[in-house]
Amino acid sequence: MPNHPVPVPSSVLAALKNKTIHLSAAKMIHSLFLVNASGDIFLEKHWKSVVSRSVCDYFFEALERATEPENVPPVIPTPHHYLINVLRHRIYFVAVIQSEVPPLFVIEFLHRVVDTFQDYFGVCTEAAIKDNVVVVYELLEEMLDNGFPLATESNILKELIKPPTILRTVVNTITGSTNVGEQLPTGQLSVVPWRRTGVKYTNNEAYFDVIEEIDAIIDKSGSTITAEIQGVIDACVKLTGMPDLTLSFMNPRLLDDVSFHPCVRFKRWEAERILSFIPPDGNFRLLSYHVSSQNLVAIPVYVKHNISFREGSSQGRFELTLGPKQTMGKAVESVLVSSQLPRGVLNANLNPSQGTYTFDPVTKLLSWDVGKINPQKLPSLKGSMSLQAGASKPDENPTINIQFKIQQLAISGLKVNRLDMYGEKYKPFKGIKYMTKAGKFQVRT
Amino acid sequence: MRAPPALSASAPRNGSRDSVSGALRRSASSSSTAAAAAEMSASSAFIDEKGGSASEPEYGHDPASGGIFSTDYKRHDDLKEMLDSNKDSLKLEAMKRIVAMIARGKNASDLFPAVVKNVACKNIEVKKLVYVYLVRYAEEQQDLALLSISTFQRGLKDPNQLIRASALRVLSSIRVTIIVPIMMLAIKEAASDMSPYVRKTAAHAIPKLHSLDPEQKDQLIEVIEKLLADKTTLVAGSVVMAFEEVCPDRIDLIHKNYRKLCNLLIDVEEWGQVVIINMLTRYARTQFLNPNINESLLEESSEKAFYASDDEEDEDKKAEAATLAKRKPYVMDPDHRLLLRNTKPLLQSRNAAVVMAVAQLYFHLAPKAEVGIIAKALVRLMRSHSEVQYVVLQNVATMTIKRRGMFEPYLKSFYIRSTDPTQIKILKLEVLTNLANETNISTILREFQTYIKSMDKDFVAASIQAIGRCATNIGEVRDTCLNGLVQLLSNRDELVVAESVVVIKKLLQMQPEQHSDIIKHMAKLIDNIQVPMARASILWLIGEYCEHVPKIAPDVLRNMAKTFTNEEDIVKLQIINLAAKLYLTNSKQTKLLTQYVLNLAKYDQNYDIRDRARFIRQLIVPTDKSGALSKYAKKLFLALKPAPVLQSTFKDRDHFQLGSLSHLLNAKAAGYQELPDWPESVPDPSVRNVEIPDWSKCTSRKDRKEKKTEKPFYSDSEGESGPTESADSESDSGSGSESASASDESGSGSESEESREETESEDEEEDEEKEKKRKKRLDKTKAKKPAEESAESEQSSGTEDRKRGRKAVKNQKSASESESESESSESEDESEEESEEESESDTDIRKKKTPISKQPPKQSKKESKKERQEMSLLDLDDFEPAPASAPVTPVNFLSSSLVSDLEGLSLTNNILAPTTIAPSGSIKMYELLHRITVHQQHQLRDQKPAHRGAQAAVWDEDPRVHRDRRVSSR
Repeated sequence: MPNHPVPVPSSVLAALKNKTIHLSAAKMIHSLFLVNASGDIFLEKHWKSVVSRSVCDYFFEALERATEPENVPPVIPTPHHYLINVLRHRIYFVAVIQSEVPPLFVIEFLHRVVDTFQDYFGVCTEAAIKDNVVVVYELLEEMLDNGFPLATESNILKELIKPPTILRTVVNTITGSTNVGEQLPTGQLSVVPWRRTGVKYTNNEAYFDVIEEIDAIIDKSGSTITAEIQGVIDACVKLTGMPDLTLSFMNPRLLDDVSFHPCVRFKRWEAERILSFIPPDGNFRLLSYHVSSQNLVAIPVYVKHNISFREGSSQGRFELTLGPKQTMGKAVESVLVSSQLPRGVLNANLNPSQGTYTFDPVTKLLSWDVGKINPQKLPSLKGSMSLQAGASKPDENPTINIQFKIQQLAISGLKVNRLDMYGEKYKPFKGIKYMTKAGKFQVRT
Repeated sequence: MRAPPALSASAPRNGSRDSVSGALRRSASSSSTAAAAAEMSASSAFIDEKGGSASEPEYGHDPASGGIFSTDYKRHDDLKEMLDSNKDSLKLEAMKRIVAMIARGKNASDLFPAVVKNVACKNIEVKKLVYVYLVRYAEEQQDLALLSISTFQRGLKDPNQLIRASALRVLSSIRVTIIVPIMMLAIKEAASDMSPYVRKTAAHAIPKLHSLDPEQKDQLIEVIEKLLADKTTLVAGSVVMAFEEVCPDRIDLIHKNYRKLCNLLIDVEEWGQVVIINMLTRYARTQFLNPNINESLLEESSEKAFYASDDEEDEDKKAEAATLAKRKPYVMDPDHRLLLRNTKPLLQSRNAAVVMAVAQLYFHLAPKAEVGIIAKALVRLMRSHSEVQYVVLQNVATMTIKRRGMFEPYLKSFYIRSTDPTQIKILKLEVLTNLANETNISTILREFQTYIKSMDKDFVAASIQAIGRCATNIGEVRDTCLNGLVQLLSNRDELVVAESVVVIKKLLQMQPEQHSDIIKHMAKLIDNIQVPMARASILWLIGEYCEHVPKIAPDVLRNMAKTFTNEEDIVKLQIINLAAKLYLTNSKQTKLLTQYVLNLAKYDQNYDIRDRARFIRQLIVPTDKSGALSKYAKKLFLALKPAPVLQSTFKDRDHFQLGSLSHLLNAKAAGYQELPDWPESVPDPSVRNVEIPDWSKCTSRKDRKEKKTEKPFYSDSEGESGPTESADSESDSGSGSESASASDESGSGSESEESREETESEDEEEDEEKEKKRKKRLDKTKAKKPAEESAESEQSSGTEDRKRGRKAVKNQKSASESESESESSESEDESEEESEEESESDTDIRKKKTPISKQPPKQSKKESKKERQEMSLLDLDDFEPAPASAPVTPVNFLSSSLVSDLEGLSLTNNILAPTTIAPSGSIKMYELLHRITVHQQHQLRDQKPAHRGAQAAVWDEDPRVHRDRRVSSR
């Protein structure tokens, strides 16, 4: 094949120079800038005509105005463009658009980009993006065409661009091969666009993790103001060929509101309350659900607290005790307590009965890594806080945020009944794991 | 490609590129080493360049480089050399470094000639990176970019669809005006490509070409029209995107594709769904009638009652429906229903943008009673990332103003956590305030109480405003709120106090008489509060209600006169204001003070204040020149002022399409398509008729529809058996298209059946099409008769009995149905039937079955098998074939008179009934059956193809289909 394409007659070139380029209002995403925590643009990508990076000045203005990093408005209008940004992993992903487009469309897409980076590089940090700048660029090129999303399914992208692994880097250096898939992607063309074709495994396995999170607000007296359970089923499916799976629950009625991965057949769910799907290859979120609010939510931990400041004294008292409650006999693990103490607090001198605590005098953030709660010997954190001398007692009360995990328990009582596979001959290994975690679990004091 | 971190870290900052590439040149013989080195420097180059930009001068220290500029040129020389080499690995390395430069926003345009030569490189990754480069710089280097065109033109002819697509994609992304004709040709060709993937790419290319050269619009619209007719899900989203960008006003292009788009929607990829739904929302606004047209006449009060509680809901709905029916008939276009039905499952999407799109569609298009379903999904989105929350809350805030009831059950989901970002907290407050009403206000206020103790002061201020709004909106709690706010006046935080003052001022304006003590209290505060807005508010209050505080007011003015020069402008204005008012009411004490203040103001730096002082002096101080106005000064200043209305900033935002950027910004964004108002009269629905129904699943749908003949109303009340809709719409829109498809396999027979079904399902709301209706009723009674007869011979409950009686009346009427029969009573009647059927279906139907399956052995000669088949299909909705009939023993000794006696007793023991009574019933029924089949035969003959179609249905979710299939094949 000749390397030099046919030259174009000079008359054509002359005609070309005289023509001006029209720019009509073009929709969707124009450009993307990645901005790090210190306000530097470290990557830019344009899908249409280049937008000068000076457009980000408006973003920096907003950034300056915001008291907290997460208080930057997600949509910032500028005279000629609109900036829509999301903050993930301390990186701002700033998309530039020029005209009307649903903001959630852009936001959702940007989050999908971050998820993809995370999927590819394990982490989504500035360093990881810089190390893999070419892959990042190739991904962004595939994900959007002219600013409109093209391939956002991780399975398709992985067919197009292989994720970097240490092994592959070594192989590439030796053989000089590339990350770009040699075969052309076929997934996009199939009826199940989320699944790679020609998947092969020697060990066929399918794992499902039922993870529930409790969101709760507990008031001063210990009574529950609001509590709800949100759950997800994350799957890791490594099955050969085109397996067709059905997953059924013992008590599907518990699921009040659900949202599915696109692979789930909605009609089967409507009719039979069965999840029927051809899974994507690898890790994916099959289902997120909300447990109907009629059911009373079991609160697995309780907190006894006494945080008080006396008028005129520069000392405050701090007492905190945790205990298990309604845990169905399971252990509460990985407990982490954090609280934003009032600005007037200079330091905290506390004594934990177990675990370790830290207090940051600058951010006033107290965090206590408790570990496992032993019902026989309840963990407690007691001591005093020193306040600014002469300052009046703070009138705001800190909120206590709690994180915990309970293994082998879905707090709502949801149980998977069975998992069946059709369409393939082999017997897969199946596993289901349950876990309960604290979501946004807050205790007001 | 990722180099081990140690390597890249240890790579020297400067000149590493030079040394590496230098080494490359030297050791070009060993390709593997070169590749290895290339790998390393790909990443190190990036870091290096990054560092370089920050520490440019360092280059000067590097002995190997002569200076910044020479380094620059030299660097690119290296790259050019690598690009010219024969080794793919070197080319790749060079391209990677170039892409890294582009990524950082560095100019790499001078490499264009060297890069463009590699456009035909065989290495896929090199090729891809060249494409990246080309798309980035082609606009700047138009003439050189043309060198690459022939490669793409060749690619367009490749046998591999993916290569064709990729060639078209790059070709159309090169923004070079001269190739517009080439692009146009390529797009046109690709639009009729065999591969849907290429056609999708063609759809993507359309907006690109349009933005490059808007003059091509007409030709592009032709392509869009062609692609809109495409039946694959792959293309649908992209072409609607193109439509939206090129010709969003050409609604007429959508007509023929409307139903197809609705039916494809669920299988389109997520991003396409968003675009299609938004477009269809606009479309529906132009083509259908407002479903709430009647409800908008009813007052808001009915809405409140409507959502008051779940128990009342149904009753209300019925009552409302009844009144509406009398008022003015509204018939939802079946196509309108189709859209609502087919978008509903997408509320379950994992993609927040899709959920939002459906939510706005329901908000703008659905009947009021159905909008509620979106609340749950929107509340679910609140668990997502904070940016998603932000957008969703904005939209929820707008929705709560118009349809408060919808979100009331989810009140607690909007409670604020201390970890929420401030902007989310403030939006949640907005929603909570909008949701507040008499019943929940106490919980909301309790919640607010904790908020005002928050450490986030902006949020506290917003909470205080929210309390103020609750107090103005809900009279019952006004005093409570006011007391609470007064307590806040002793808060230590000045901002809190100031905000409270401002809010209290507004509240006091509503009923000042009762609160002079609060005004006194606030007068005392003026010494301590420094926030200008709060000071101004207090001064205004004292001035406005100086009669309530006659002793304090002059003293306050005295104090303020002292500090006048140091006050903020808004405070100064209010001091003048206070002085004027006091002068008018209490000139004895304040005359001198006022003049003093006015004199101070006369020489103020701010001309507004000077102007005001002059103006007021003229107005209040009587001079010989003073005109007629000063007589009215008191009236002017102390007129009763209307209390301010505290209303949401989200009020009336719903004139923007929800979920849009314009809505979020509350300002029209460029390219925003207005959401049209509903049309006054129905546009012609037949425009959406398509000659040949092309949705693939039509057979199964039609089939299913037929099964539902027995329970016609369910389709309407359930509102989710999506597929039936397509057929519905057809029958409604007239017979033209149906006859066209008569020769079709699932032809006119099923169509006519559907048309009957259609009228039935819409019966409750529909008052027209009497003729059809009569026909339907006829069918129904016919269909019912056997059931009735068999049932008559059974024990039945009182209600059933009554109904049957009514049915019997109708039965007789049916031949000469009097038009005068009142519609409302009829629909009521039918809905009762429905419930009856429901309750019966499980037990009775099985019994009904018995006689039929028993019949053939006795008198099978008379009956043609086919007829029985048809009968059973029509009649029996839910029966089990053979097993149910087996245990029945024919006992003939019971006389029919006894049967009717027993019936009168209305025993409920159903188990006993079949064995004793069924046989006699079956005899009766047999005769009837015969009669009916004669009637029905000609109607049913046409249905047969549809039954055949039933066997083709594979993926139908309705289990009944399978059962019926068994029946029909018997």
